[in-house]
Amino acid sequence: MEVVRQSFHILLAGAAATLEITVISVALGCILGLIVGLSRLSGIRLLRLAATAYVDFFRGTPLLVQIFIVYFGLPQLLRDGQAYLMANYNMPQILTQYALPVFLAAVIACSLNSAAYIAEIFRAGVQSIERGQMEAARSLGMTASQAMRYVILPQAVKRVIPPLGNEFIAMLKDTSLLSVIGFEELTRKGQLVVGQTYVAFPVWLTVAFLYLIMTFCFSRLVDYAERRLKTGD
Amino acid sequence: MIRVENLHKSFGKLKVLNGISCRVAPREVVVVIGPSGSGKSTFLRCINLLEQPTSGQIYIDGVSLLDPKTDINAIRAEVGMVFQRFNLFPHKTALENISLAPMKVRNLPRQEAEAVAYDLLKKVGLSDKANVYPDQLSGGQQQRVAIARALAMRPKVMLFDEPTSALDPEMVGEVLAVMKDLAREGMTMAVVTHEMGFAREVGDRVIFMDEGLMVEEGTPEEIFLEPKNSRLKAFLSKIL
Repeated sequence: MEVVRQSFHILLAGAAATLEITVISVALGCILGLIVGLSRLSGIRLLRLAATAYVDFFRGTPLLVQIFIVYFGLPQLLRDGQAYLMANYNMPQILTQYALPVFLAAVIACSLNSAAYIAEIFRAGVQSIERGQMEAARSLGMTASQAMRYVILPQAVKRVIPPLGNEFIAMLKDTSLLSVIGFEELTRKGQLVVGQTYVAFPVWLTVAFLYLIMTFCFSRLVDYAERRLKTGD
Repeated sequence: MIRVENLHKSFGKLKVLNGISCRVAPREVVVVIGPSGSGKSTFLRCINLLEQPTSGQIYIDGVSLLDPKTDINAIRAEVGMVFQRFNLFPHKTALENISLAPMKVRNLPRQEAEAVAYDLLKKVGLSDKANVYPDQLSGGQQQRVAIARALAMRPKVMLFDEPTSALDPEMVGEVLAVMKDLAREGMTMAVVTHEMGFAREVGDRVIFMDEGLMVEEGTPEEIFLEPKNSRLKAFLSKIL
């Protein structure tokens, strides 16, 4: 217990980093996810195919592998790509350093992953709005995008808040995978404390407990939002 | 005002419209009757391209709807539509439902759009419901707001797709009353309905549709008192 007390502030800092990366990733994931989700419903075939491929890839491969691709793969791609362009097209050298800062890699990997799930949430939300709404808006002379913006999306957003909350909770736990590239979130901090003190059980239990506090608080918040929105529906 | 030529519409293999031709003159009220599944609603929905016709021509004020160069949104703004299920926007108040399209499509300033909306609410007898959301309105009230919403665009034509079919019987009258007022003011209207009383009283012309064809058309007297076609006779005997 003494170890836990002494290292608690370290774990707490890890929890803060976990929360931070989750909030940033889900926020960016919402923006990208909205674009991808609407593209899935687009009348333009190419856009629809690209969005579907995106969702399939990021939902069909492990987040851990995606993290490796971004953190280890992307720098090599940048280096080799630039070398190729310099050799063949006389492009001047722009990048001298290729390694991604671990925070940036974490944000990229988690946002891209989150966007795929959020895209599906938005798509389902938009499709759950009855067809008559779009027809009424179009019959008044609104363009498809006006109808989407003023009529469909405001209604869809209410319906997607609960599943978005679940995505947030899932992502909060999945950020523990970032420990493998050394991003010092909660799990990585746990590893560091255990590595120094050789006290495993209480430390990992504390780590688990900190995750639980965060997910518990957030799921109560989602429940509350769900109840509030239901009465207004 | 509206001219339809040899309109065909199929959903996959199902042929819904098999060559409809008709005209609606300015200030005329045309009522379309017929058994369910006869293509009445599909016909009406083609007139503002909520359904894409398979073939044929539709002109509104001389402009071809099926010409790829036609700005369909501009046409729709001139053609009001009232739906069976109202389709009010549930996240907006009655007033906002009415003022939204004039603001976004016609670029009217909010104040002006709201003034128009208040006038229209008064016209349909719902001045006191301006700030109420659709789910707090009865079916009849919702449909009257929906009519006001369509009128806010100052349309040249109004299309009514079974506007009273989803209403409780005691609310049918209030909606028909609003429609009668409109007809009296000279609005050009195409109405699909099962309300034969309305067809008789308000219609300038009645069209009977069956199996995707216009089987018979004429004045209300001709249609209801001297029906010629056997299917029309059978239809009338069932409902009158």
